[in-house]
Amino acid sequence: MAFPRPRPARPELPRQRVQTLQCGQGAVRAARFNADGNYCLTCGSDKTLKLWNPHKGTALRTYQGHGYEVLDAAGSSDNSQICSGGADKSVALWDVTTGQVVRKYRGHAGKVNCVQFNEEGTVIVSGSIDSTVRCWDCRSRRPDPIQVLDEAKDGISSVKLSAYEILTGSVDGRVRRYDLRVGELCSDYIGSPITSVCFSKDGQCVLAASLDSTLRLLDKDTGELLGEYTGHRSTTYRLDCVLNEQDTHVGCASEDGHVYFWDLVEGSLALSLPVGQGVVQSLAFHPRLPCLLVATQGQVTLWREDTFQPEGDPD
Amino acid sequence: AAAESSDSDEDLVSYGSALQPLQEGERIKKPVPLQEQTVKDAKGRYQRFHGAFTGGFSAGYFNTVGTKEGWTPSAFVSSRQKRADRTILGPEDFMDEEDLSEFGIAPKDITTTEDFASKAKDRIKEKARQIAGVVAPIPGTTAFDDLIGPSKTTVGFELLRKMGWREGQGIGPRVKRKPCRQKPDPAVKIYGCALPSGLSQGSEDEEDEYQPENVTFAPKDVMPVDLTPKENVHGLGYKGLDPSQALFGVSGREHLNLFTGGSEETSNLLGDLRHSKGRKLGITGQAFGVGALEEEDDDIYATDTPSKYDTVLKDEEPGDGLYGWTAPKQYKSKKRPEREFKYVGKILDGFSLASKSSAPIKIYPPPSLPRNYRPVHYFRPVIIAGNENCHLQKALEESTGKIESNPTQQSRHALNAAQRRKQLGETELKGPAPSVLEYLSEKDRERLKETKQASEQQMKAKPVSQQSRNSRFQPASPENAAHKWQMLLGGQLANAGSSDFKPFAKNPEKQKRYENFVKSLKQGEKDTLERFLDPNMTEWERGREQEEFFRAAMFYRSSNSTLSSRFTRAKYEDDVDKVEVPRDQENDTDDKETAVKMKMFGKLTRDKFEWHPDKLLCKRFNVRDPYPDSSVVGLPKVKRDKYSVFNFLTMPEPTTSVTQGTNEKIQESNSLNKPKKPSRWDVSDKEKKKKDSISEFISLARSKADVQQQPPVPATEECGTGTSEILPTLVANEDKNLEEESGRPPMDLFKAIFVSSSDEKSSSAEEESDEEQQPSTSERESETTKQVDVPGSSSSNVQESATATTDSGISLLPASKEELDATEEFGPKLPPAFSAGRFCKHLELSFPGSSRKEKHRKIRERHKTKKEHKHKKEKKKKHKKQKNRGKHKNKKSEKDSSSNTTDSSDSLSDTDTTGMSPKELLRR
Repeated sequence: MAFPRPRPARPELPRQRVQTLQCGQGAVRAARFNADGNYCLTCGSDKTLKLWNPHKGTALRTYQGHGYEVLDAAGSSDNSQICSGGADKSVALWDVTTGQVVRKYRGHAGKVNCVQFNEEGTVIVSGSIDSTVRCWDCRSRRPDPIQVLDEAKDGISSVKLSAYEILTGSVDGRVRRYDLRVGELCSDYIGSPITSVCFSKDGQCVLAASLDSTLRLLDKDTGELLGEYTGHRSTTYRLDCVLNEQDTHVGCASEDGHVYFWDLVEGSLALSLPVGQGVVQSLAFHPRLPCLLVATQGQVTLWREDTFQPEGDPD
Repeated sequence: AAAESSDSDEDLVSYGSALQPLQEGERIKKPVPLQEQTVKDAKGRYQRFHGAFTGGFSAGYFNTVGTKEGWTPSAFVSSRQKRADRTILGPEDFMDEEDLSEFGIAPKDITTTEDFASKAKDRIKEKARQIAGVVAPIPGTTAFDDLIGPSKTTVGFELLRKMGWREGQGIGPRVKRKPCRQKPDPAVKIYGCALPSGLSQGSEDEEDEYQPENVTFAPKDVMPVDLTPKENVHGLGYKGLDPSQALFGVSGREHLNLFTGGSEETSNLLGDLRHSKGRKLGITGQAFGVGALEEEDDDIYATDTPSKYDTVLKDEEPGDGLYGWTAPKQYKSKKRPEREFKYVGKILDGFSLASKSSAPIKIYPPPSLPRNYRPVHYFRPVIIAGNENCHLQKALEESTGKIESNPTQQSRHALNAAQRRKQLGETELKGPAPSVLEYLSEKDRERLKETKQASEQQMKAKPVSQQSRNSRFQPASPENAAHKWQMLLGGQLANAGSSDFKPFAKNPEKQKRYENFVKSLKQGEKDTLERFLDPNMTEWERGREQEEFFRAAMFYRSSNSTLSSRFTRAKYEDDVDKVEVPRDQENDTDDKETAVKMKMFGKLTRDKFEWHPDKLLCKRFNVRDPYPDSSVVGLPKVKRDKYSVFNFLTMPEPTTSVTQGTNEKIQESNSLNKPKKPSRWDVSDKEKKKKDSISEFISLARSKADVQQQPPVPATEECGTGTSEILPTLVANEDKNLEEESGRPPMDLFKAIFVSSSDEKSSSAEEESDEEQQPSTSERESETTKQVDVPGSSSSNVQESATATTDSGISLLPASKEELDATEEFGPKLPPAFSAGRFCKHLELSFPGSSRKEKHRKIRERHKTKKEHKHKKEKKKKHKKQKNRGKHKNKKSEKDSSSNTTDSSDSLSDTDTTGMSPKELLRR
């Protein structure tokens, strides 16, 4: 087996902590970058959602309106709206500037684990532990979802969208990819409960993290295993996995307070970032920069590459 | 002043009228500005100009009904006194006097309207004339006609009009004539003087022709000889196409007669109603003329109407079969009608006889009337078919021989639709399924037929006397009544009991009686009801019920027969026993598990299904709908039996894991009353050790290699090696358990058979868990410690471990336990928010390897007794929890299957820690 040559310029990995946001909203269930990576959202267990400039470390706004803790959030690509899902079984659509709930979509029978906007911000796709994925319309006023994807046999832990696909990871150990363009559902059996899924930036691969402490990189079209990444610990919690901005590395949160990065091709452990003592709850990678957002123990930390000068404005 | 001064001077000339001499001290009047100048009408009322374009004057007070003082109903009279003579006001009541005058908007004087004016202007004709002017060889010639023509009628016309003459009438005394005679056929040319009236009409006037006595007609107009000189170079008698005819289509005439000369006038005799009656505009007919290359044309000015074409295929004319309409000329010419007439007169020089005569006008003679016909209608007395005339009607019917032989015929209101239909001789309604019978199966139908036949035979066997008795209206005995009803219900009753018509569904006993009654009635038993009626009931009650039953049976019959034709068969059966199941299901979990273990991802682990996205979803994603003409959304569904075992067999359940898990629990928690069911998240350390030998072997080998290769993360490494060491004994243990309970089928199978509804109560369970998840530091701490306690261990053990930790000094709230239970059922837990430095400590403490684990378990068991006490305290909550568990039983087996897989894969991942050789890792 011939290996591809190592790349001439090795991509940088975030190794340096540049910011720490004390969120003050209980446990931070999720930290997410917005579409361009300039801002981030943190979902707190105190029912609030906060908007930050993580690069400057300033809190911009607090969004209150959920009945229970907020479990996931996402920003629309035009930065005008935020959707969030919480343990109150509802999906909320927020106006960024006014901070008001524009709409609340109720229909899930359980906690909403994950929410995503589509590219145009016209549909919210939410996955819940009631084993359904629901597609909510933001355009019309209809209260019921456009479509319910109830193929999963167990709770949905992660949902990701591409331009024409819906990728779901379920606790029943399957990664399902709904292709709207072809009209096809591809279900890949992983076995272990999936905690997180994501597309690679080129849209050819699917990364799935499961509770057997393994990350698997699957070919999107054939379902073949392209890589397997182990070394971290993920057996109990719903932890995020990420790909870095250039698709060269695969990252995953761990229960041992580290964030692990592997080389995507070689599968070797590239970096083990000691973030904190507790479980690393959420992870988000900047869309363009080697910049990582890590949520742990009620705080969010921003990590940059070694060469980064904290004085200079990142963007 | 100038005039006065010039009085003396005679040679001064003064123009205009002198101004009024100004009074002393008086100022010169300013001229009234334009906007203040007023206009007054004849009565001295002011009139305001109303606007340049709206024209006219305003009405009332600024176009209102009010006055300067406001609106006062001037004509108000108390209606109390004068209620009777309330006048209805018309528009005239609100008009000024001048409006009613001759030139007002509502003149009261009788004036000749345009319709009755002498020269009724024919607008269409006027227009035609204008068009003709444009179309004419020299455009605008008609304008000259207008110039030359007299603008006023002559004195003679005036005089004649004064005498009562109207244009279009003849001159002379009024005569008694048939009105139709007055209008000569416009197609008939009249040359020369009109025939004397006596001569022309005497022969036609038949003596018996009905004529009103006092109606006279103006004499027929006489067509003057046309003496217009020929001034053009057109052919003799040719006249250009008359636009009035060409444009406004003369429907009656097939031929556009260009040679009628004065036909214009003749057609106007009675104002030419045909023209004035809004005729359709538009040019009809063909082109104007014949092309030079055209050999011949029958009638170049013919109007092309569809009636001229053959609409039916006719036989070829006898003669030459070789040629049809394409026949050469000689054949064709033969077929000319013999009706050709010869011109017998002299032919002028330079003229030749026309080779072809114009098509003769076909004349349709009026229908010949009987001799005694009079065009006056008499109303003959008609016998109205009513109740009072029934005798008369009957007599009439008798005479016609149409009398109904059935003396017991009901009145027509008593008939139902079907009977009326039969009487009227109408065909039966053709519904898609005229009878209920069609819905029945073949076998049922046959059976019904048999019973029907049996009943009919019995009916026939009945004595005639009984039948006659039926017709009498008297309180019938039950037996009699039954028979009567049977007669009434007839054969259709056969259907009554067989279906789901249950009029007495509320009272099952009564319903049963009714059914029995109907059944027996069908079979033609007489004393049916007596037998089925409740013997405890009173006579009156029985009578009532009997009547009720009859009515119900009757009702059912009638509705059934009439309605059956109105409904169509359902496209899809709404069978309650069926349930929609996705056509394709993800199956073969076992195969996939092995595939996953072998790391053979790809085809083995992938399921592909046809999936239909919602149309709106496609629209929102800017994606073309992959299935534009399907209405299916989601996975295509198929109908299956609701309780079919096969619905569940598609997902084969690994039975071993269930039994194994429960067994384990039983073993483990002896003191606990109920064996705890493991959830999907139970990745217990013991289960972990159960693995198939191959993977075990591989992992063992790998772990060893890894240890040598690179320094792994210490904790996991330790764990991994420890696991592999203690394997053999445990496996043996498991095997024993396995054998014991392998014969038991999975729970789902039982559920499929015995449980009907789906479990949808998970939400309530979650709510509970939600409630408990309010952050509290102590909770969290306990949670984390527990998590650390058993590394990579199950959450099913969570409870035990949690209690264990309580012992170690941290107070455990009952709520936290609840929380743990709830979360363990549903999915990956949310990580704890704050894990203090304790985390590390515990890590070290509780990570020592297998030997310590054994000890740990002992400790746990010891604590279980304590836990029991606690359970009693929280009986209520515990109860809830149990419920939850029951709800999720369905999911459980599924979970087990996957937990099984996690075990094995866990073991793999645990053993081969971080550093695997890239060669092994990269499987492409």
